[in-house]
Amino acid sequence: MSHSRKPARAAAPSPGPRPLAPVPASEASNLLPDLASEIVRRAVSSGATGAECTISEGDEFSASIRLREIENLKEAGSRAAGLRILIGQKTGSCYTSDLSREGIDRLVRGAIELAEITTEDPHAGLPDPDELGQIESDLALFSPGVDRLTTEFKIEQAKQAEAAALDADPRIVNSEGAGFDTHTGRQIFANSLGFLGEYRTSYCSLSAVPVARDGESMERDSWWHAARSPERLESPQHVGATAARRALRRLNPVKVPTQKVPVVFESKVAASLLDCICDAVHGMAIYKHESFLAGKLGEKVAIANLTVVDDATIPGLFGTSPFDDEGVPSRRTVVIERGILKSYLLNSYAARKLGMKTTGNASRGLAGNAGIGHGNFYAERGVQTPEAIVSGVANGFYVTELIGMGVNIVTGDYSRGAAGLWIRNGEFAHAVSEVTIAGNLRDMLMNVEVIGSDLEFRTSMSCPTLKIGEMTVGGK
Amino acid sequence: MLYSASIFAARFNITARDLEGYLAEALSQGGDYADLYFEHLLTSSISIDESIVKSASQGVSMGVGIRVISGERTGYAYTDDLAPEKIRKAARVAAHIAAGPSQADQIDLHEGGRHNLYPVLTAPAETAFADRVELVKRADRAARAYDSRIFQAQAVYADNLRQVMIATSDGVLTVDRQPLARLSVSALARQNGGPPQRGYSGGGGRVELGYFLDEKPPEHFAREAAREAIAMLDAAPAPAGEMTVVLGPGWPGILLHEAVGHGLEADFNRKGVSAFSGRVGQKVASELCTVIDDGTIPGRRGSLNMDDEGHPTGRNVLIENGVLCGYLQDKLSSRLLRSQSTGSGRRESYAHIPMPRMTNTFMLAGQSDPEEIVRSVPRGLYCANFGGGQVDITSGNFVFSASESYLIEDGRLTRPVRNATLIGNGPEALKYVSMVGNDLRLDEGIGICGKEGQSVPVGVGIPTLKIDRMTVGGTA
Repeated sequence: MSHSRKPARAAAPSPGPRPLAPVPASEASNLLPDLASEIVRRAVSSGATGAECTISEGDEFSASIRLREIENLKEAGSRAAGLRILIGQKTGSCYTSDLSREGIDRLVRGAIELAEITTEDPHAGLPDPDELGQIESDLALFSPGVDRLTTEFKIEQAKQAEAAALDADPRIVNSEGAGFDTHTGRQIFANSLGFLGEYRTSYCSLSAVPVARDGESMERDSWWHAARSPERLESPQHVGATAARRALRRLNPVKVPTQKVPVVFESKVAASLLDCICDAVHGMAIYKHESFLAGKLGEKVAIANLTVVDDATIPGLFGTSPFDDEGVPSRRTVVIERGILKSYLLNSYAARKLGMKTTGNASRGLAGNAGIGHGNFYAERGVQTPEAIVSGVANGFYVTELIGMGVNIVTGDYSRGAAGLWIRNGEFAHAVSEVTIAGNLRDMLMNVEVIGSDLEFRTSMSCPTLKIGEMTVGGK
Repeated sequence: MLYSASIFAARFNITARDLEGYLAEALSQGGDYADLYFEHLLTSSISIDESIVKSASQGVSMGVGIRVISGERTGYAYTDDLAPEKIRKAARVAAHIAAGPSQADQIDLHEGGRHNLYPVLTAPAETAFADRVELVKRADRAARAYDSRIFQAQAVYADNLRQVMIATSDGVLTVDRQPLARLSVSALARQNGGPPQRGYSGGGGRVELGYFLDEKPPEHFAREAAREAIAMLDAAPAPAGEMTVVLGPGWPGILLHEAVGHGLEADFNRKGVSAFSGRVGQKVASELCTVIDDGTIPGRRGSLNMDDEGHPTGRNVLIENGVLCGYLQDKLSSRLLRSQSTGSGRRESYAHIPMPRMTNTFMLAGQSDPEEIVRSVPRGLYCANFGGGQVDITSGNFVFSASESYLIEDGRLTRPVRNATLIGNGPEALKYVSMVGNDLRLDEGIGICGKEGQSVPVGVGIPTLKIDRMTVGGTA
């Protein structure tokens, strides 16, 4: 139940179940790793046989501009701690934003009490001690440049991005605004096996959301870019002009008749298909038989030209980290190699359930057991340019936006709302909207006819342009 | 509840004089309006999977968000530290949005009046964990006992208790205590080694724990989840293209939420970026349709005594007999549009800026017998249950995904079909409503609405509806 306006923020390590409030990162920072270790010690001395503590803190800033004026300025910092404990094979967990002595007392006591009501789980536990560790080299996750940006500079960047969109064409008549956001954060993790690690992250992003109108037709689109350091950001002119071009090409859309045709996924929406694969190799879904890829290890699940990798070790990217949320070193895992399913994504719990080894993909907020996340999850590039792929389609649909949640990972059934451009004789003919595309992921993966050469790591989920041989377009 | 009895007065010793001082600080640079939103949030969650209670967690967070409005500009800052100097510092950060002489003289807070829609004595979050854990255990047993083909069941019980205090520069001080609880169950069924199918059910509200013992016990949700999973075992591929669609009563009301609700939020309309902008007084639905957003229904998940700006919630008619009546307003929009707040200003937490949002959105019952509605359809689709939905505000295109639907052939439900997304256009879709049932039902209390990254609980509801034309995104 949602509507999309601004593009989602890149998947920087999540600071917790919900944003929790401020204290500038500089204040008392050196005490936080000590505090995490202290919380673990207190849990153990209170009766826990195992304990894990996460502390995250961060500062956020956002400036939004609309119609060349400042609309919102927001600035704050936050920090909070989460504790998960084991008593034998029962677990309990707690989080708090109150890091006072009394707050920590309540945190430890609460987690111990909660373990009372859970059930013995033979697979509960921490990772094996020899699995713990972290990447020691610099992963370039933090740039001090983000904190040095002035409010005036950030406002100016957003103004320029919006201006570039508004000035691009007379049909750009309105704007939902442009924004410049920054976040700097710090993640600390300690456990009762002696692991203690921490890393800092930085993030900045620039976005623009123009509205185009032509007669009765009104369409909106967006463009954005995010980077760990400001000098790597795309220019405001590029962001604004790209957003305008995307909105303009959607004008005067046609609802096409229902038909089966080749479908080309623009890189940006192809990443969402990859997201489905990521959900389907999620270790928890596998052991619960909630995935169409469960039990398919070693089998051919996709066309031979498709190789999918999860790599959390590439410096500077948003899916990179020195260790996962259980203190296991991040790594590179080949998920699908030339069409063969090679690995699931696992934390230590799912690994124990499946009789396997963790892949270092534990992910957690502040409360609850570790879940599973991904690093930089991507499909390896092919050789054809996006233009060459389009020019090879006689009659088909080039998808630039997908909406809705119509993907069932249990069955692989796929049905989503779509908008984009119709391809006729290798060229874009007109805009298309208010249609659906449908198929089954099992078939779609076997039917990836072409993979583009345009792989770009804009978020932690990246995919080149993809062409699927045939899907059902639902329209008139 | 009176201010003097609130946690903020009783535990944190915050006085009305303190609040007046913070508001004065917020308006020290000028500005038209300022408010303070204090929040103390207690959350807990218990989950069962494989008949093992694997997770129990709780957490506490608190903080204050400070907003200053100057013309169309908003400055916002928050802190999780309720020490006076931290609050004053946040007030000064928010104050930067304005540039002028202080507007802060003569704020004299008095307590605002409001209704009490959830006179809950003991919030579920304040009950013994041992009582709450029984709910997930009972749900697990009931789902598994429903049918031998159910091979997996999971249940999650989650509750929270949000205590808020809002002080505005208009001089109004309000406090509220907002309990919320939800139980959800999912079940997986399989027969003869075929592919699994999932069923899902859940509900709750602003209720006491007794609601799950007397009115809607765990077995109710468990059986419903299991029933849906079993029903879908024989599902055939869904049809594709335009056809007559009948929506069952209750949760399928998500149609209204996506098709019209978001598009009628005043922020989009004052900016002129909604497909409904400038259409008040125009016909946007068939005359059979009267759509209401009502935040005052006792005990409902989407209900609130006051909105998150301290304004009493209301019963707002959005569409009456097919004609668009008005928008959902918060304070900023109503100020700029020179109208009144409709009590629709909501936010996810103290870390978020409020904006116009829905509460419980539903259509009034009509005259038709639901069975007669189905009998009137020679060929079409009957949708009994849905997953989520999404809307593009600007084009008005929306989707929602059917999780349980059946073919209608010659006026009878024949066979179940697989998940499919339905797509339509907001200002057009309801014009095709040709029959409205006499069986209005509200959903059971599971809705979460996302907008610009903020999630809030909501409700929906419809009677059985016949829509003569809608695009179904199947494959057949």
